[in-house]
Amino acid sequence: MTELTMAKALNAALGSALAEDPSVLIMGEDVGTLGGVFRITDGLLATHGAGRVIDTPLAESGIVGTAVGLAYRGFRPVVEIQFDGFVYPAFDQIVCQVAKLHYRTRGAVRMPLTVRIPWAGGVGAAEHHSESPEAYFVHTSGLRVVAVSNPSDAHFMLRQAIACDDPVVFFEPKRLYHVKGEVDLAAPLADAPPMGLARVVRPGRDATVVTYGAQVATALEAAEAAADDGVSLEVIDLRSLSPVDYDTIAASVRRTGRAVITHEAPGEAGVGAEVAAGITERCFHHLEAPPLRVTGHDIPYPPAKLERHHLPDLDRILDAVDRVLDRPHSLAGAAQ
Amino acid sequence: MTYLPSTTADPGTDMGPVAQVITPDGERVADATLEPWLHEVGDDVLVGLYRDMVRTRRLDREGVALQRQGQLGLWAPCEGQEAVQIGTARALRAADFVFPSYRESGVQLVRGATPTELIQVWRGEEQSMGDPFARRTAGPQIIIGAQTLHAVGYAMGIQRAEALGGVATDDVAVAYFGDGASSQGDVNEAMVFAASFGAPVVFVCSNNQWAISEPVRVQSRTPLAARAPAFGIPSLRVDGNDVLACFGAMRWALERARSGAGPAYIEAVTYRMGPHTTADDPTRYRDPAELERWRGRDPIARVHALLRARGALDDEAAADIAADADRLAADVREVCLSYRTRDPLTIFDEVYAEPHAALEAERRAYAAYLDGFEEGAS
Ligand SMILES: Cc1ncc(C[n+]2csc(CCOP(=O)(O)OP(=O)(O)O)c2C)c(N)n1
Repeated sequence: MTELTMAKALNAALGSALAEDPSVLIMGEDVGTLGGVFRITDGLLATHGAGRVIDTPLAESGIVGTAVGLAYRGFRPVVEIQFDGFVYPAFDQIVCQVAKLHYRTRGAVRMPLTVRIPWAGGVGAAEHHSESPEAYFVHTSGLRVVAVSNPSDAHFMLRQAIACDDPVVFFEPKRLYHVKGEVDLAAPLADAPPMGLARVVRPGRDATVVTYGAQVATALEAAEAAADDGVSLEVIDLRSLSPVDYDTIAASVRRTGRAVITHEAPGEAGVGAEVAAGITERCFHHLEAPPLRVTGHDIPYPPAKLERHHLPDLDRILDAVDRVLDRPHSLAGAAQ
Repeated sequence: MTYLPSTTADPGTDMGPVAQVITPDGERVADATLEPWLHEVGDDVLVGLYRDMVRTRRLDREGVALQRQGQLGLWAPCEGQEAVQIGTARALRAADFVFPSYRESGVQLVRGATPTELIQVWRGEEQSMGDPFARRTAGPQIIIGAQTLHAVGYAMGIQRAEALGGVATDDVAVAYFGDGASSQGDVNEAMVFAASFGAPVVFVCSNNQWAISEPVRVQSRTPLAARAPAFGIPSLRVDGNDVLACFGAMRWALERARSGAGPAYIEAVTYRMGPHTTADDPTRYRDPAELERWRGRDPIARVHALLRARGALDDEAAADIAADADRLAADVREVCLSYRTRDPLTIFDEVYAEPHAALEAERRAYAAYLDGFEEGAS
């Protein structure tokens, strides 16, 4: 076991992938000499050379579109989009080409691309640097979408994503880049939990809180606070946003009878809506209350000084927990 | 230093300066740029190009007819553009990889697409021509310009062939696109990437004057070929209705790319004689006189005239070529009429390369639903 930041855990995963498989290429803006604006690709150019760690022109559609051509030729490109809000110029290539070429060609063309996206808010960034675009990709068949919440998952899920024969959109919460955790770098990839599985990160009895990414930590804080209040919350880290591991979620909700889903992306047509519907379809007769969502507001990402009002904090989660438990809560008097 | 736009040539509405070696009357003329790429091209090669163009036109007319008869959902006619498609595609090697748009039926034909493959996309049976690796040709791209980036990426892969344990090759990737596509970000990004990495890729822009109803001047105030040098890519502007000019230009471009000199760009100035697709009505936006003017520049008629004048094509050979084209059309019609739509549950196949539990559950549920109908019916 090694204590590593998520940034270093990701860096080690990229290094292993490059070393183990000559078809792996790293591509993106500033990924070479600089090592990426978050230093996730630090040192990889020096070790593996400019043929494999490619500083590209500043053109997101170009980065993903040329990665498609490289995949045609047998490569496994790992693309870095510099920030979440800059993935939109590449949206067409991701949803129309990357996601669909395997289907269109009835399996003749594989698109084993990994699109890494430094993601979401809470770091006081400028406009377009804190967005949560995951729902756009979850809605697109042919893509797998994952979001990591700790250094060990970051390491192993990135290696799994690169090894996967399907395209994976890989969300890395930048708020967690410098948070440390234990990573067993020597552990075989085969022993790591599969990328598609959700994980119960804290067992509990009274309600299930489903979340992902940096919000896992907030949900755990809420669970800690609830425990002081005699309420036992089960916290599930989705890990995979597409497909969603409903087996794990439904098993939990059937026990607790109550569910709160929280994420920092806006709620409308978001992952939380999807999960709430999935829970309702599977657990209707076990539910003691409708599943509730606690999400970012349906607004463009607000200015940094106000982002704490946008990001669901432990109090907003606890308020929803009180509501699913039918306990007094701060919205008690409000019209619903 | 100030750069001013050149006003020497029209972006495309008329011929302007283009390289030509066969005139519309079928006269062989010399062009200083193209001649070095054409010397050992004899009449036999020209007869072959003629044959391919005749086949392409016959295929195209059959496609339109089948659509009108309700057998195809859509067809994108290429009549008038046979020379650019055949001239450039015939200059390729089998190992080169082609990324075409939806209008390149002639290119697909030259690359060996079967009659089934030629119509299955337009019949709505499949989304692609089939396995792109079988003939190193991607299926028709509908998203305007997207394929140009794929070609450049593929070319970057050629540069790295040895990384995958292969030997260094001089294969080339080719992107086909239209004048409208030249406005797309992807095409411009493709040129930036190609130039920056010196990728072995050839851009073939078929300037057929119209992007549905929009004339070239809506896309550009300069000839399209004039843009490429600003990206660091040399270009040629050729008569796209002159198959030999297209063949020579492509040989120049391919040789550049093969030799490691980097990308090259060809603007082939041509004309789409028919509608944009069978769903389009060009009489709403095109002047009939323009159509007539271009009819006089027909790419097939001029080669026919040249070969006849040289005594390289007698009545018998011409009849043989026509009969061959008719056979292709008959084959296309036959596969079209006998097409059997695949099992509906196969729509769930190959969405993912690896098992995907959610989709598998969806497939089982739909299978059970369909089974219910069969039981009810029996
Ligand atoms: C991204 C995108 N935008 C719009 C369309 C609709 N569309 C299809 S063909 C076309 C015109 C394309 O013109 P051009 O590139 O000149 O090719 P041509 O059809 O003339 O061969 C348009 C607008 C599309 N297919 N893709």
